[in-house]
Amino acid sequence: MSKYLVNKFLYTVDRDPHLVERYREDPRGTVEWWETERAGRILNCHSGEASTWLGFDDAERDALAGHDYPALFEMGAHPFLTLTLFIALFERDYDEPLGFQQEYARRLSHFTLPHPDIAT
Amino acid sequence: MAQVVAIIASTHHPFYYRASTATGEDRPAFADEWVRKITAFRETLTRARPDVLVMVGSDHFHQLWLDNMPQFLVGKAPYYDANFYNEEREFGLPRMLLHGHEDLSAYMLREGIDAGFDLAFSNELRIDHSITCPIITLRPQNDLPVVPIYTNIFAPPLPRPKRFVELGRTIRQLVESWPAEQRVAIIGTGHLSLELGGPRQFGPHGPDPEFDRRAVEWISTGDIDGCLSEVTLDSLHAPGNATHGFMDFMLMMGVAGERKRADYVDTYDLFHTMEAYFTWYPDGGAR
Repeated sequence: MSKYLVNKFLYTVDRDPHLVERYREDPRGTVEWWETERAGRILNCHSGEASTWLGFDDAERDALAGHDYPALFEMGAHPFLTLTLFIALFERDYDEPLGFQQEYARRLSHFTLPHPDIAT
Repeated sequence: MAQVVAIIASTHHPFYYRASTATGEDRPAFADEWVRKITAFRETLTRARPDVLVMVGSDHFHQLWLDNMPQFLVGKAPYYDANFYNEEREFGLPRMLLHGHEDLSAYMLREGIDAGFDLAFSNELRIDHSITCPIITLRPQNDLPVVPIYTNIFAPPLPRPKRFVELGRTIRQLVESWPAEQRVAIIGTGHLSLELGGPRQFGPHGPDPEFDRRAVEWISTGDIDGCLSEVTLDSLHAPGNATHGFMDFMLMMGVAGERKRADYVDTYDLFHTMEAYFTWYPDGGAR
């Protein structure tokens, strides 16, 4: 279980326009590439420095590969990171303003308080 | 000594810029009234004739990340680039460049640490919409130097509400002890009830109008004790999953002082969230 790494995936993909498109078109391939090539990069260090121990568990990998934002919510991924990236991925597919955001809320409507813990 | 000439607490709705600049069919029905309210709110800062702006906000996972997360951070740089790619993408916000006030930043860091806050600092800080939104709404000419102060309302574990109030009190004391003949406005932005990435997001109103009503009452009357007696890190989950941003309003209540009534109060009930605007003029500072 690595909420931190799930958040790191959402954070780094969201901030790279090319990765946003790659993740939209090929989610599983992007997740597998990212876990192999990018997961360990320490973002605030000089290039070449990396952690050696970070990896997704199967449920996390499947949730990311399936664009499954209700599952990400349930496992405590940071809701702001998930929302921001998924708006970038899918808002374009809806005709009405806020159409995707409202669909997103509807798909989470079975969650009641307290919400899953987002502490990392 | 420096003089605090205005204290301003505001929501920071990232859609204001796009709504207020949209024309024709793209202009939403609520835009004209929103612009009217913002224009009136802007006048409360203008009339205070500030020289410097101390600006409290919260990075939304832009530059600050979970591998190195400060609770409270003061920018100390001659300039601050502002707004990020994903804010441009989602909100249509423009790239901006703000001037910094390094002397006041250095003073607040040194004295703030000595006053009991182990403040982090940054010499190369790109600031986000929590600080650029109030520039757009309150000082669109962007002609004043700023001292940005970031709080962590986003990545638990968070400081408790009382700590935000105490930091606000300390910021006020630091500015008033700064040995410079400068007129300083202290501006902070946060949220009332808010849900982001959860089941209550993007409804026709904020997720908890009753919390919003009580929050406006606490802020406008300066009821710090009443607010602190009811607001905890746990309680803030109930009005909406992003409502911890309300602690930046509590910080600004600390700046304004216990039982200090706001001189200007306005709200606007929008989709998704309640907008709220407050201004205090301490010691006749607006004269």
